[in-house]
Amino acid sequence: MPKVIENVGCPYCGCSCDDVRVTVSDDGKDILEVENVCAIGTEIFKHGCSKDRIKLPRMRQPDGSMKDISYEEAIDWTARHLLKAKKPLMYGFGSTNCEGQAAAARVMEIAGGMLDNCATICHGPSFLAIFDNGYPTCTLGEVKNRADVIVYWGSNPAHAHPRHMSRYSIFPRGFFTGKGQKKRTVIVIDPRFTDTANVADYHLQIKQGHDYELFNAFRMVIQGHGNDLPDEVAGVKKEQILEVAEIMKNARFGTVFFGMGLTHSDGRNHNIDIAISLTRDLNKVSKWTIMAMRGHYNITGPGVVWSWTFGFPYCLDLTKQNHAHMNPGETSSVDMAMRDEVDMFINIGTDAGAHFPIPAVKHLKKHPWVTIDPSINMASEISDLHIPVCICGVDVGGIVYRMDNVPIQFRKVIEPPEGVMDDETLLNKIADRMEELKAKGEA
Amino acid sequence: METVTMTLTSQPELFLECYNVTPDQFAGKSLAEIAALPAHEGKIQWKLGDFFKFDGKAGETAADTKIVVNGDVRRMKRFGQKMSAGEIVINNDTDMYIGGWMTGGKITVKGNADSFLGIAMEGGEILIEGDAQNHVGSAYRGDWRGMSGGLIRVKGKAGNDIGTAMTGGTIIIEGDAFIHVLTHAEGGTVIIKGDVEGRVGGQMVKGDAYIFGNILYPLPGFKKIATVEKEVDGATYTFDQFIGDLGERKTKKKGEIIYGNIYLKK
Repeated sequence: MPKVIENVGCPYCGCSCDDVRVTVSDDGKDILEVENVCAIGTEIFKHGCSKDRIKLPRMRQPDGSMKDISYEEAIDWTARHLLKAKKPLMYGFGSTNCEGQAAAARVMEIAGGMLDNCATICHGPSFLAIFDNGYPTCTLGEVKNRADVIVYWGSNPAHAHPRHMSRYSIFPRGFFTGKGQKKRTVIVIDPRFTDTANVADYHLQIKQGHDYELFNAFRMVIQGHGNDLPDEVAGVKKEQILEVAEIMKNARFGTVFFGMGLTHSDGRNHNIDIAISLTRDLNKVSKWTIMAMRGHYNITGPGVVWSWTFGFPYCLDLTKQNHAHMNPGETSSVDMAMRDEVDMFINIGTDAGAHFPIPAVKHLKKHPWVTIDPSINMASEISDLHIPVCICGVDVGGIVYRMDNVPIQFRKVIEPPEGVMDDETLLNKIADRMEELKAKGEA
Repeated sequence: METVTMTLTSQPELFLECYNVTPDQFAGKSLAEIAALPAHEGKIQWKLGDFFKFDGKAGETAADTKIVVNGDVRRMKRFGQKMSAGEIVINNDTDMYIGGWMTGGKITVKGNADSFLGIAMEGGEILIEGDAQNHVGSAYRGDWRGMSGGLIRVKGKAGNDIGTAMTGGTIIIEGDAFIHVLTHAEGGTVIIKGDVEGRVGGQMVKGDAYIFGNILYPLPGFKKIATVEKEVDGATYTFDQFIGDLGERKTKKKGEIIYGNIYLKK
């Protein structure tokens, strides 16, 4: 009899939906049906039971081909190169569990290297703004149950977080929001008329890269200087700014969701910084919160795990052994790669080959490159060593932090391919091997 | 004043952190002791003598010590970090954190400096004859106290984040600057003799920005109140005075609201 597993977590976007129903075959190896999940989430579950999964580590040969090797050989090779490198970098972690991220922290502390996660090319600026200005946030449950004004600024959940609007923000009927979408006002601020803008009550078509000015204008209105505004700010008319500011002031509970539109345009952390300042201003007259639209289902995880381990969420410099240092611009992965400042690269649970600028990849490629990932991707195809692992949320469980910093226990739904390790086991074995080599004096 | 001349003899493979190259560390030491001071390249701890040849003599005190750095030191960072007195002259381009957290003395770079120049600086003087990159005299990440005293003069252009969260001191950029000047500032003066792309004085509580060129995208949070004459960097000019950031919180002194100022040259 096929088995139905309820309340499974989805390993795709930052929504980390935990209401998925998965139907598994008798032998526990095949996924027959996936319900309550978006198209992209479905594909991840299907990939988990694909017959084409890589089952053994693959090492690049002198002729350029890849040859299967044992896990022991791969672990030894990685441990030796980590000890040999002056400044190794381990980057990724968008798609793995917190147990794996904690093991990675152990590896890089022993190796004395750099530890970074996908926030460095994503919501890293949000961290910097939070350091500077605080984070008046809430959980998605509070948004669902209380919010009557929703602002999506520089984010497009219709495509990037497919169930965000239906599960948490616009459409659900909550405790104090029994009428759902009918009683919610939705404001989208985006230079493009996105599919999210299509369901909004107000779409402010801002001039690309001028969000800071528009935030400044909203703050002017909240502070009572609305009359001093110029006729147009960042391509948005004064009347429209005043109208939307009035809606914000009269909200019972409002939330600003912001995305890459703010973190990837000029000013970066300052765009978030002033968004937080606006949220603080609005709290004088109403109740407002702000939340980063984190990308992957557990990209919030490394920020949390490493903050309690080292005191910093990303861009960690552990080379000094006795203290951690962090300063994006210097210790951030892309900057270090562009400056040719690292001499070994481990790509784990992400695809730096696809996401990094080409010159950065070219610099990294000069040195040993290890990819730890269940799938074939651009990084795995250019690496010297590719180590396959389990897919978190499909064939291994673990703790995952949703975009609102709520931890969720993800569950294993099928058995992993025979012999394939999970991230935590693999990384701990690499750490053990390094300790062994150090004890023997081979490092 | 005694002078120690350090000349590069070999390049690091990655970047070398020369946090010990300060008059404070060199003072009272023999050349052999100076050459034995540590420097980091990633996790490897080297000695300064592995990369530099030392000549001359260090003074008894930091104030009595001058360091001259020769050779291509573009892959070396943290010169003059936390120095309190004396002088450093770098005869080439150099990397990040020049004069970071310094409290006194003088640094001259006869080329370009990279980012984080004079971050959280408390006193002293930095002169860059070329360009600087981002975060000139700004705060370290998460700190609300940027540069609090001293003078930074960049003869070329600079990038973004000039004087972020600044509380005192003066920054002079003789060329153009990109965005974010005096963001979050609670004091201090920034003089930009070229053009600025925008975002001058955003979230500024207090402080003065003097812009000689144009601000391409001025912030809506600033309001023109007067035309004034001011003496800036040794000469007198006429400026339009704007106050703000009107969106930011304001403090009061003797019953009067204190604003940040942007002086735009007419």
